[in-house]
Amino acid sequence: MSQADADHQHHDEHVAHHFESAGQQVSSGKLGMWVFLATEILMFGGLFVLYAVYRHNNPETFEYGHLLLETKWGAINTLVLIASSFTMAWGVRTAQLNKRKATSVLLTLTLLGGLGFMCIKYIEYSGKFSHGTGPGKFFDVVAYEKYYNKHQADHAHDHDAKGEAHDEPAEPAPVLHGTTRAAAIAPAVNFHSDIADPAAGPAGLVKLDPPKPKGFHIPWVHDKPTPAQVVQSRNFVDIYFAMTGLHGIHVLVGMGLIGWILSRNMRGHFSSKNYMAVDLVGLYWHLVDLIWIFLFPLLYLIHT
Amino acid sequence: MSDTAPHTEDHHDEPHVVSFGLLAAVFAVLLVLTALTVGAWMVDLGPLNIAIAVGIAAVKASVVALYFMHLRWDNPFNGAVLCFSLVFVSLFIVFALVDTSQYQPSRTETGPTPFEQESGEALKNKTAE
Repeated sequence: MSQADADHQHHDEHVAHHFESAGQQVSSGKLGMWVFLATEILMFGGLFVLYAVYRHNNPETFEYGHLLLETKWGAINTLVLIASSFTMAWGVRTAQLNKRKATSVLLTLTLLGGLGFMCIKYIEYSGKFSHGTGPGKFFDVVAYEKYYNKHQADHAHDHDAKGEAHDEPAEPAPVLHGTTRAAAIAPAVNFHSDIADPAAGPAGLVKLDPPKPKGFHIPWVHDKPTPAQVVQSRNFVDIYFAMTGLHGIHVLVGMGLIGWILSRNMRGHFSSKNYMAVDLVGLYWHLVDLIWIFLFPLLYLIHT
Repeated sequence: MSDTAPHTEDHHDEPHVVSFGLLAAVFAVLLVLTALTVGAWMVDLGPLNIAIAVGIAAVKASVVALYFMHLRWDNPFNGAVLCFSLVFVSLFIVFALVDTSQYQPSRTETGPTPFEQESGEALKNKTAE
């Protein structure tokens, strides 16, 4: 019997020749995946440092900036991603138990979760761009002011209905005209003395009052930051796009990988003895979920 | 025949199958913690708000890593790799914060940036028209 035949006897077809056993192959593969995931965490770590340092130095940027985000969408996306993480973990279980059809169904559900997440991200991103609060050169405070006035006019009725004390008159546009308007912007810029509001204090950037009263409040009806506050929120928008953008790319890659193992599963490539690809793609998908678990409170749940 | 191959060698490498009940329980815990973190956000707790938000996120992340990612039953070295990366990210954040708090003035002290200056002018000029 040749050496090759002898080797073959000790190996099943899924075990590469340099591994002693299937178990050794799986544990090596997992270790490799975990080392890769560690490098992913380090890559995101750079962005978390950016976040921490910028928020430490300029808390008001985050207090105003997070009002631009719809917490509703962030919360729904968290649920969508957790649910798809659950179906992924369940899919690994069914793959281990040789239930091929169940695995296909669960991988499809996981894929749909990723798709739902990206659709909601698209809604959020396109809103940001059309309201003049896109990243970099797409940040346009004059376009934002238009959106803000419309938003205030649309929601003026809500506030009256709830009997909330409201600074703005029912018709909000005049607030931003003439001297009142100058006063609204004055804190953000060095104004010429002829339009600066003396009540705003010395010219230059000062910390504005938080736009919402303290204490318990219903979050879905948050006021938007005023144009003057949004001028200070530009870097929040950039940080938001950098962090969720890198995360979104990972969701897309994860969806591609899940599609790949789904198609392999349907072609019968996996069994209870050979499911490592499902397991490792699952680990990647869970990491994507893990990162979002931190991004959601850090970006959407900033207390003002 | 691959079936006759000696799989007895696998001993501790035998894969662990997580029961459906446990997966569902973990899913439920994650949903409850998500609701809790949104609830905590609505209450003003001063500087505690961010500590609670990050704390809840850390608990959620641990649950995902331990159960969904199988770390509880895996070779402990895989968990150690994860912990090392987290330790180094934490060091990175802490040293950057310590450094920046030593000398970096807040924008509140330095005044508006050129961008803020320009944006303010843009708004002002639009009014003048």
